[in-house]
Amino acid sequence: MGRPTTDDGVTQSTTKTAQTTASETRRAEPVGKRPGGARGRLRWRARLRRDGILTVFVLPGVLALLVFQYLPLLGNVIAFQDYLPFLGIADSPWVGLKNFEILVNGDPAFVRALVNTLIITAVQTVFVFPIPIAFALLLNSLLSERVKRVVQSITYLPHFLSWVVVVAVFQHVLGGSGMINNWLRTHGHETLDVITNPDAFIALITSQVVWKDTGWATILFLAVLSTIDTELYEASSVDGASRTRQLWHVTLPAMRGIIVLLLILKLGDSLTVGFEQILLQQNAVGRHASEVLDTYVYNNGVVGGNWGVSAAVGLVKGVVGVALVLGANRLAHAFGEAGVYRR
Amino acid sequence: MSRQRLHNGQALPAWPMRLLKGAILLVVCALVVLPFLGIVSTSIAPRAQVQAEGGFVLIPESFTLEAYRSVLAGGVVASALRVSVLVTVVGTALSLISSTLLAYGLSRPNLIGQRFLVVFVLVSLLFTPGLIPLYLVVKQAGLLDSIWALILPSMVSGFNVIVLRAFFMNLPSELTDAARIDGASEWQIFTRIVLPLSKAVTAVIGLFYAVSYWNAFFNALLFINDPSKWPLQMVLRMYVVNDGQLGQSDLAVTENLPAQPSIQMAILILAMVPILLVYPFLQRHFTKGVLTGAVKG
Repeated sequence: MGRPTTDDGVTQSTTKTAQTTASETRRAEPVGKRPGGARGRLRWRARLRRDGILTVFVLPGVLALLVFQYLPLLGNVIAFQDYLPFLGIADSPWVGLKNFEILVNGDPAFVRALVNTLIITAVQTVFVFPIPIAFALLLNSLLSERVKRVVQSITYLPHFLSWVVVVAVFQHVLGGSGMINNWLRTHGHETLDVITNPDAFIALITSQVVWKDTGWATILFLAVLSTIDTELYEASSVDGASRTRQLWHVTLPAMRGIIVLLLILKLGDSLTVGFEQILLQQNAVGRHASEVLDTYVYNNGVVGGNWGVSAAVGLVKGVVGVALVLGANRLAHAFGEAGVYRR
Repeated sequence: MSRQRLHNGQALPAWPMRLLKGAILLVVCALVVLPFLGIVSTSIAPRAQVQAEGGFVLIPESFTLEAYRSVLAGGVVASALRVSVLVTVVGTALSLISSTLLAYGLSRPNLIGQRFLVVFVLVSLLFTPGLIPLYLVVKQAGLLDSIWALILPSMVSGFNVIVLRAFFMNLPSELTDAARIDGASEWQIFTRIVLPLSKAVTAVIGLFYAVSYWNAFFNALLFINDPSKWPLQMVLRMYVVNDGQLGQSDLAVTENLPAQPSIQMAILILAMVPILLVYPFLQRHFTKGVLTGAVKG
């Protein structure tokens, strides 16, 4: 790695200026006139001298991404091994696609995790997704800017709390000795079992997601709503449109792009459902009701020691996830929307 | 703005509708605020009242900081608090340094391999490293049971880098060009021109990093087996979510402990306080940050 050339900074200011001018001229050269051979190497060295410092700048960040984002991709080879921690990757026996059989042989624990994941995704898409849209419309229709700001400040807050805190808060409101059951008990009513009831688990985690992220999710919708040309509303009301008609013909069409975009992201994430959130609450309801793909990989692999099989499940999940994002984005293009990225 | 129109030109709704809206907003805000009130009240209520009311107090009869004193006196919670503060401070500093430098480099067209590196960062947004391979990398690097395992894997967020880069690229190029002609080095341009002009966005990104370090729980579960190195979120899980009993030996307190629910709620509050402290700053700027990312990402 070329060291940054800072020695000619202050003392040799004239040389520095000359050099800068020279490099400006070089940059201005037409691309077609490429010098080759020895001169090319010379140029490369000059470029390193001039721009090497930038490489030094980006190095720590690039290394961090390389080691903790890209290098783990290589670790996926253990999906094709009967991996044993004391043997390591080099010495563990290769088993081909044997670990992937779990995906197709109807293993009850895996099927359970897959089914739970899909159910939770479906429920959360149907019940969680529209709520911020409705809430943004409500906030947008408020007369008083001050009320709007206060409500926003309050509802954004839970987004910044950790899942551990959110789960603890829910337990102490809904749990056996929590706020609500306490009140019910002292007033002679039956208590409600929400926290440890497997049948209520999906409702519980869905309501937690709503509580935590509804306010936060409204930000984007509100931003889009604020870009709608007010003349559209005035013109449509002069033409006699009711508020419902305005909603249908002015507001919602303006939000179509962002809604499609967020649905795509949601689709790409459909195999990932609240990992930390669910892991924290598995003890209370048992794994039958709460196991999802991510917790399966953790419980079966890191805890249970079935490294190869879990890595295989994780790998397939990752590949399917990327494919879903790319596929959904293509779908969005087909519908004439911008999608996440442009082609 | 006429009386009959909203600021955006929509017609004013009829009064029953407005009443309904008011009620909805009130309920929504109460759903967020009431649990907090209950938690604060329980943590400061006297022992007798907590026991009489079955573990949860909404309106305390009197005010005592006994629960906070006993968890902060030493032992598990105090040491976890130290770990969390250390990880958050060191982690945020390293994240900010590496992310702003990376983003600045990527914003300069004369960075060697600029196009490739931009794609390198963008592609990292597309997938999350698998849990098991990540565990193996951290283990191979010898970071298990080290607080570096809580910092290095999440040090650079590709998303934050892209947001910063978009911001740097929007700065007027006349300023940096002028400095370059005057002979300023890249380092001088970065520290004296680019960073001072990007204070707000850098602060927001820093706060986002800080919040995520403070809130991180799973990294600790995965990488840290030694309870003396647990961050606060792990202790919160152990003693509040899983309802473990905190005894005198865990807290280094010799006299009688306050009621268990008070102690639990005090830990919960400690885990929230830093978030509540930075929240006003976050709130002032985060909309901008989120939207920059969304629009220009």
